[in-house]
Amino acid sequence: MRSGPYNHFTGSRMKRGEMYDVVIIGAGVIGCGIARELSRYNLSILILEKEGDVADGTTKANSAIVHAGFDAYHKTVNGQMNARGNPMYDRLAAELDFPFQRIGSLVLAFSEEELVSLRELIDNAHVLKIPGVEMLAPETVHAKHANLSQEVRGALWAPTGAICGPWEFAIALAENAVENGAELALNTQVTAIQKTDAGFRLSTAAGGSIESRVVVNAAGVYADIIHNMVAEPFFEINAKRGQYFLLDKSAGDIVDTVIFQAPTKAGKGVLVSPTVHGNIIVGPDAEYVEDREDLRTTGPQLDFVRQAARQSVPNIPFGMNITTFAGLRAESSTRDFIIGPAEDVPSFINAAGMKSPGLSAAPAVAEEVVKHVAVALGGELKERKDFNPHRRPAAHFAESSPEKQAELIATDPRFARIVCRCEYVTEAEVVDVIHRKVGARSVDGVKRRARPGGGRCQGGFCSPRVMEILARELGIDMGDVVKDGPGSYILTGRTKAVEGGN
Amino acid sequence: MYKPEEHNVICTVCPIGCRLTVIREEHEPDGYKVIGGVCKRGEKFGVKEVTDPTRTVTSTVAIEGGLLPRLPVRTEKDIPKHLNYELMKLISSVKLQAPVKIGEVVVANVFDTGVNVIATRSMRAVK
Amino acid sequence: MQQYEVVIVGGGPAGLAAAIEARKNGAQSVVVLERDRELGGILQQCIHHGFGLVVFNEELTGPEYAERFIDELMKLGIEYRLETMVLEVNADKTIRAISPNDGMIEIQAKAIVLNMGCRERTRGAIAIPGFRPAGVFSAGTAQRFVNMEGYMVGKRVVILGSGDIGLIMARRMALEGAKVLAVAEIMPYSGGLTRNIVQCLHDYDIPLYLSHTITEVRGKERVEGVTIAEVDENRKPMTGTEKHYDCDTLLLSVGLIPENELSRGAGIQLDPVTGGPIVNEAMETSVSGIFASGNVVHVHDLVDWVTEESRRAGAYAARYVQNKLVEDASVIASRPGDGIGYVVPHKVRPENLNDKLAIFMRVKEVFHDAKLVVKADGEVVYSRKKRHMAPGEMEIVQVDAQKLKDLKPAELLVSVEGGETVHV
Ligand SMILES: Cc1cc2nc3c(=O)[nH]c(=O)nc-3n(C[C@H](O)[C@H](O)[C@H](O)COP(=O)(O)OP(=O)(O)OC[C@H]3O[C@@H](n4cnc5c(N)ncnc54)[C@H](O)[C@@H]3O)c2cc1C
Ligand SMILES: Cc1cc2nc3c(=O)[nH]c(=O)nc-3n(C[C@H](O)[C@H](O)[C@H](O)COP(=O)(O)OP(=O)(O)OC[C@H]3O[C@@H](n4cnc5c(N)ncnc54)[C@H](O)[C@@H]3O)c2cc1C
Ligand code: SF4
Repeated sequence: MRSGPYNHFTGSRMKRGEMYDVVIIGAGVIGCGIARELSRYNLSILILEKEGDVADGTTKANSAIVHAGFDAYHKTVNGQMNARGNPMYDRLAAELDFPFQRIGSLVLAFSEEELVSLRELIDNAHVLKIPGVEMLAPETVHAKHANLSQEVRGALWAPTGAICGPWEFAIALAENAVENGAELALNTQVTAIQKTDAGFRLSTAAGGSIESRVVVNAAGVYADIIHNMVAEPFFEINAKRGQYFLLDKSAGDIVDTVIFQAPTKAGKGVLVSPTVHGNIIVGPDAEYVEDREDLRTTGPQLDFVRQAARQSVPNIPFGMNITTFAGLRAESSTRDFIIGPAEDVPSFINAAGMKSPGLSAAPAVAEEVVKHVAVALGGELKERKDFNPHRRPAAHFAESSPEKQAELIATDPRFARIVCRCEYVTEAEVVDVIHRKVGARSVDGVKRRARPGGGRCQGGFCSPRVMEILARELGIDMGDVVKDGPGSYILTGRTKAVEGGN
Repeated sequence: MYKPEEHNVICTVCPIGCRLTVIREEHEPDGYKVIGGVCKRGEKFGVKEVTDPTRTVTSTVAIEGGLLPRLPVRTEKDIPKHLNYELMKLISSVKLQAPVKIGEVVVANVFDTGVNVIATRSMRAVK
Repeated sequence: MQQYEVVIVGGGPAGLAAAIEARKNGAQSVVVLERDRELGGILQQCIHHGFGLVVFNEELTGPEYAERFIDELMKLGIEYRLETMVLEVNADKTIRAISPNDGMIEIQAKAIVLNMGCRERTRGAIAIPGFRPAGVFSAGTAQRFVNMEGYMVGKRVVILGSGDIGLIMARRMALEGAKVLAVAEIMPYSGGLTRNIVQCLHDYDIPLYLSHTITEVRGKERVEGVTIAEVDENRKPMTGTEKHYDCDTLLLSVGLIPENELSRGAGIQLDPVTGGPIVNEAMETSVSGIFASGNVVHVHDLVDWVTEESRRAGAYAARYVQNKLVEDASVIASRPGDGIGYVVPHKVRPENLNDKLAIFMRVKEVFHDAKLVVKADGEVVYSRKKRHMAPGEMEIVQVDAQKLKDLKPAELLVSVEGGETVHV
């Protein structure tokens, strides 16, 4: 393994060995959301993340749906959090400048039995006060959605269903938290937690130790392991994998809203949905896996997804696939979100078992956790006067009008250098995401923030250029640029330097 | 049992790609008989491939002060096939300075074959 | 708004030849817009030899071939702009482009020739299962790293796809000291030239497995290995035939597709088989005055034919500007028949032909001793016996223009007759 360009963005207190008010373990959308909410207050906050970037766990591989909230049962925590989280998105998207679109969602029923389950969902929606949920007759569905199967017998329409960019959201949350004083340490894996008189001492894989009054556990599929480091075990997390296809933009108009299938005994069905970038996402299946890093896609499961999706959209153009990927759901043995202090360790607060709709619920979960943190720190938190909820917006060349584009180029000629010909990402944008507060340090990091390589050529054209820019801006050799994690080196040395061969 | 010397060769002169068998045969004018081919060019190729296989080698050398860090080069003509790797070693230590003109000799008369390694593009000097 | 007679989008071999020929045929103001830092297109990274046998009757490397055209362009004083990316081509022949030097550029052209080349198909296009680590490259990206940037992309390499780029990269990597373990090809025949199989694989003892595909990629961060397996006649992997390789790199050479974003944006009709515009004898697209040639129309394996086709496009564009192109003429539809995948051009107006009509095509299978036949409404206007035809090698037939002018058929049908299909 070689060491890539892995810095810790901040961590000044950490270096000085001072005590933090709150340490958050895990920089997914849950951890980043909590950090940003906490950064409204006069607190010293540190986020620890074992990977080389934020949003590198489940947050980077999911369906990206901000669910309307009719699906999760109203008596569960995840039902309540989802219903509360969804309406919070509009304001967050405005403040933090991440992609978010309310395109509504449909749940299709193909049989009498499935119509019954749709009616149950509508009842659930009423209890949770989800606005506008209604049943559509098959004629209405077909008139509006030409590409859906003729077998559809009815559908549930939820106008508040939405899609977002999950990693852009998490990155924006982290960046805004750091802008407001939170600290972030990447490549920092927590390996042990000890209770101390004042709070906790956390040990890291690199041999460091960190002191904190309160610890928040937002470690995704590892949340049980973190919990059990300091508290009495009471839940288990199992990784349930879901696989996807991502289709090219030219297939982007096959559906214009999120298409679910009615839940049956066999499972939740697969969805077909536009993404915020104009692609089509198809998936996921559901399959328990042993290894919590097992992000493999497999032939048979991809076949299953293909077949299942064709039930909703018979002519789905799988020939336009640009990538396949998998994500891991953190399924708790309690079958619900676990939010709140561990019973035996009150200053250790879980935000665990964040399976779907964890993304949709994230803003509400953050608010809940802040309440628990306040209690753990002994009462009212003091608001910072200088809290700035707005992230410095980024220029998006491709989405700008020609006039605006001309203006951008006039201010910085690097806007006229297209790095990614699929998404028309410019050099200026790439440079910007490298130099932001929670800046990109790898090719995938750039891709998650500015989207070069997110298009149909999947980085074939732009990755050499992105690597060149990363090397130049970070002052490293191009050979040391990595794809994502520290072991994901791309180049193996200079030509004419290797011995052996065929 | 006596078995004559025999080689299987795929003809690369034209896209048909005949599978040739080249058999040692003292009485033939050039010492070999070629079967399986469709034309005369193939026969000539078959014998050459067995007696004196040669290749054009293309690669790059280091260059400084140009648009790119590498300059493409080639052997001006074929060289004996077994020298391929030797040649790679030889040019690995070459470092040029831009500007370079296409056709410029980069290494002269490699391994006394009479063949030069030449630049296959021009590269201007850039600041 | 700047005005030009002929605007060439893309400065690869296609764009260079089109620009030169447009000028030679009387177009006064011609400009080449190229997004890269230099002219030459993909040829600048194809440092191997094998270019120019038809056009120059000698074997050149890619950069050598390109430089001949660049020199000629300079000699003719044709204007070109580098680092100039065309964002938009419209049916009214306006163009929007950007460049760090000139900012936003708007051009009104009388004629446009599209020469944007093609792009590589990726892992996603073929949905290879497994992890998604670093170390999976398309062959062309690897070629750029190795030949232009001077970096190696791996030490132990497996290649999927036996197209020429994959074969060329097998040799290139081996020469640079990598160990190339195998080339797997899903089809029962190779997509590359025999010559490349011999000189790139046999010379370096690299095995080629036909009817094989990749079934798994291992390694979470960097490729640690791949599994290949034999496929049945439906191209599904068969269990029990797996071979495992420990390697750090997987190169994909699984096909090219025309770069058709701009064409689509201009409302140009595309051929679903080639992925490029539908064109007529003048290489003019469905939008009057917008021409196209080279890999943006259909993927070529020999640059010489790109040059031939682009010279025509350039010459016809000049004629269009001078109102010398017969527009409302009778139109012959040319179509692929048995054994043929596609034909280019798709439409022919015999009035505009010089002495010959060149039809480019690809066959669907490997044929031996078959006849290539062109029929005009049933009447044979061309027929030639072919010893060998393969999907990897483009076929060209030249039909006598006078015959077409006399017959004025509604349809030209190109088919393969007789012979045997070969399964290697
Ligand atoms: C297939 C699939 C589809 C989904 N679809 C949707 C959907 O459409 N809508 C929706 O609302 N939700 C959806 N979800 C759920 C949603 O993606 C998750 O709820 C959300 O991403 C969870 O975020 P997180 O921050 O809890 O986890 P993660 O993003 O996994 O973050 C946890 C972080 O903790 C880090 N970590 C772990 N251990 C340590 C340690 N020891 N030290 C330091 N750091 C550590 C990890 O590296 C990771 O980055 C889906 C999930 C899956 C898998
Ligand atoms: C890897 C590879 C290996 C090959 N090997 C051989 C071989 O051995 N022998 C042989 O004869 N042929 C070979 N070929 C085929 C031959 O090189 C190509 O057919 C030929 O280069 C195609 O020429 P082109 O001009 O159509 O496309 P390209 O060479 O791709 O040129 C297209 C140009 O357009 C520019 N462009 C694209 N979009 C825009 C835009 N929006 N604005 C401005 N500029 C734009 C690009 O930057 C590029 O310079 C090979 C091809 C490839 C891809
Ligand atoms: S022997 Fe003749 S026909 Fe056969 S491959 Fe060689 S050149 Fe072609």
